[in-house]
Amino acid sequence: MRRTPRVSWLVLGLAALLVAPTPALAQKKTLVVALNQDPDLLDPTLSRTYVGRIIFSQMCEKLYEIDENLRIAPQLAAAMPVISDGGKTVTIKLRGGVKFNDGTAMNAEAVKFSLDRHREMKGSNRRSELEPVTAVEVVDPVTVRLRLKAAFSPLVATLADRSGMPVSPAAVNKLGDKFATAPVCVGPWSFVERVPQDRIVLEKSTHYFDPGQARFDRLVFRIIPDDNVRLANLRSGDIDFMHQVAPTDSVNIKKEGRFEVSSVTGIAYTGITINLRNKTGKTQPAGDLGTPLANDPRVREALDLSLDREAINQVAWDGQYTPGCTPISPVSPFYDKARKCPARDVAKAKQLLAAAGLASGYAFELTIVNDPQGRRFGEVVQGMAREAGFNISLRPSEFASALTDDDNGKLQAFVIGWSGRVDPDGNMHQFHTCGGSLNTTHVCDEVVDSLLNKAREVSDQAERAKLYREAIDKINARRNIIYLYHANYIVAYPKNLKGYKAVPDGLIRIKGVSWN
Amino acid sequence: MLDFLVRRVAISIVTLFVISLIVFAGVRMIPGDPARVMGGTDADAAGLAEIRQKYGLDDPIPVQYLRWIGLAVRGDLGESIRTRESVMWTVARKLPITMELALLSLLVALALAIPAGVFSAVRRNTVWDLLANAVSLCGLSVPSFWLGIMLILLLSVRLHWLPASGFVPLWENPLGNLQRMLMPAFVLGAGLAAVLMRQTRNSMIDILSADYIRTAWSKGLASRAVIFRHAFRNGLIPVVTILGLQTGALMGGAVVTEQIFVVPGFGRLIVEAVFTRDYPLVQGVVLITASAYVLVNLLVDLSYSVLNPRIRIGGAAGGG
Repeated sequence: MRRTPRVSWLVLGLAALLVAPTPALAQKKTLVVALNQDPDLLDPTLSRTYVGRIIFSQMCEKLYEIDENLRIAPQLAAAMPVISDGGKTVTIKLRGGVKFNDGTAMNAEAVKFSLDRHREMKGSNRRSELEPVTAVEVVDPVTVRLRLKAAFSPLVATLADRSGMPVSPAAVNKLGDKFATAPVCVGPWSFVERVPQDRIVLEKSTHYFDPGQARFDRLVFRIIPDDNVRLANLRSGDIDFMHQVAPTDSVNIKKEGRFEVSSVTGIAYTGITINLRNKTGKTQPAGDLGTPLANDPRVREALDLSLDREAINQVAWDGQYTPGCTPISPVSPFYDKARKCPARDVAKAKQLLAAAGLASGYAFELTIVNDPQGRRFGEVVQGMAREAGFNISLRPSEFASALTDDDNGKLQAFVIGWSGRVDPDGNMHQFHTCGGSLNTTHVCDEVVDSLLNKAREVSDQAERAKLYREAIDKINARRNIIYLYHANYIVAYPKNLKGYKAVPDGLIRIKGVSWN
Repeated sequence: MLDFLVRRVAISIVTLFVISLIVFAGVRMIPGDPARVMGGTDADAAGLAEIRQKYGLDDPIPVQYLRWIGLAVRGDLGESIRTRESVMWTVARKLPITMELALLSLLVALALAIPAGVFSAVRRNTVWDLLANAVSLCGLSVPSFWLGIMLILLLSVRLHWLPASGFVPLWENPLGNLQRMLMPAFVLGAGLAAVLMRQTRNSMIDILSADYIRTAWSKGLASRAVIFRHAFRNGLIPVVTILGLQTGALMGGAVVTEQIFVVPGFGRLIVEAVFTRDYPLVQGVVLITASAYVLVNLLVDLSYSVLNPRIRIGGAAGGG
């Protein structure tokens, strides 16, 4: 009997110790950001994940950077490039006195080394982006010159992403293809450690040229895939910054009043990709699929007219995304403000189906990615199209499997998005030109090819915008992709965090952010 | 005993060989081109061909298997495609985390289940018995995902008693480690506790009605002596069997629990590896998990003889 109270006290003491509120873990010095995915290799040459770019935004700066209005400005370059020789020579002046985070100099030699690595390294995911570049030359310690096969206007935007990230030659020579295990670039923070599926830790760089921009000693990126769990961690104070807030949650978080919710229309798009002629694979010759959806433009137009983009946004995304009908986001300087998206017209959709000999209705299969958002979106589309006479059966599929099926021509229609590129070329050329690397619908139209190729060559923005407008008119008429919306990038953080600027590429940039 | 051990080890090796075949074939049956996943949505044909060549994905499947198993028996499970770290190193870092979680869950489960099971059996058909059964039914029925989220909302978001998620190594910060492992261990242990409690109860009821226990009662022994000295030890044998079988389930359960509480263990590793088609990692992780499962069951078999000397290995049929 005497032992019981002692044991009880012991248990109680232990419990009190365990549940004692954790002291604020040096919150003012460390910022904890929660990401929804674990990045792949932290090597600008090999990386391909979107979340990886968020990490790079803090530790690997680029020759050029984009701002909130998608304008391109110099970052590690000293000025915008000088383009000569009919667009075939691009000369880039670099900032002087810049050092990599290992203390070595970031100069023209290092930039040449990095660009050549991006272009030539085995397994490089930058190779196709820099394909127009034939040579990189060192002019002087702070100037590099790029020689191009032909004029290529999207190049500057390309250099405002991973292709424009210089890496430390010393670190590359030391680590080889294991560079991703301890990456060294130029940035306000430098890499400390990575625990896969758990966290990536960065610390304030001692070599960065503008140290006042890094207001936190440490950045910790935690990987929390589940939306609900990420949100619970924000509410409990275990994280300071939540990436990818679900639209439904954003409404509730705003109501709570404790957090700032930042939402910006992204450069990404989502639409329904309709297979027109891909019978046996995108690299194989085109074939006749023999279905009204593939062969009769009236059926595709009817499908388009059966959908109400604004209603889809309201029902599927609580009105938090941005309806659209082109591959170019409204935030882009290339966006055609005069364009009106087709309004829903069920009567006309029925007429078109009848004219196509399908007055009694038409059934087809729509593949969706098997996650709650994909299913939700698919069901809304299914319900709307039914009123016009479409009987859509939804086929949920795991993303990687769906991609392979799409490549191999096994899908009739597929709800898929594209993360978007700053330059419209990256959202259109490879999807809509004959033999384009992402042309899974096997469309081929010489006029569209000519317009998109021309837009690569000219440098005047107004002229390029006009070419894209003409190309989109043709693309929207054939409807191999019915564009439906642009997702917003929504993040949440405590109200006392100041200085965050949302950029339409959705990447979180902590530079310049601080506690109030 | 030695004969038994040799036989059991031989069976285990054959089992592992079959498992390696299943794992290898299974991974390749997952639809989706791994090169496409690795190369990203915008990889070109040349890039995809390069990836396939680098990882030997265009070799015939039997060649790929022989290469993998040949290295595996020498302890080399290859390199993760996603992180470039060796699979053995990755596993060596993740396994202790999940083992700690599993061990703590086991402790939670045993601490809840054994007293409740014994109590329920001794107080059979009373209100207490009904109550214990009802609670165990809840433990079985409540999905771990829901329970986890509810605990986070209560203990972390509302009361701020425990961190909502994460992990710190035990040797770096023992208290921080326990604080973070408490909720996942409870969630993972709750389901197991329910199973064990019911097994303990049933087993104890059987034992308590056995002749030798009646004899013990009739000799006037104290309740505590009869229950704990005579009944409890034999009553534990089926419980240990279930425990062995459930250890595998614990590893499976850890997949969900680690996702909820963001514990960077084996469970999250395998989910991530499957979604990214990281073949070497999936194969390595599954093979090691299967090996651990086979080993645990081997140990359970051996523990029978320790717990009950009447069980004679090899000569068990002779009895006595």
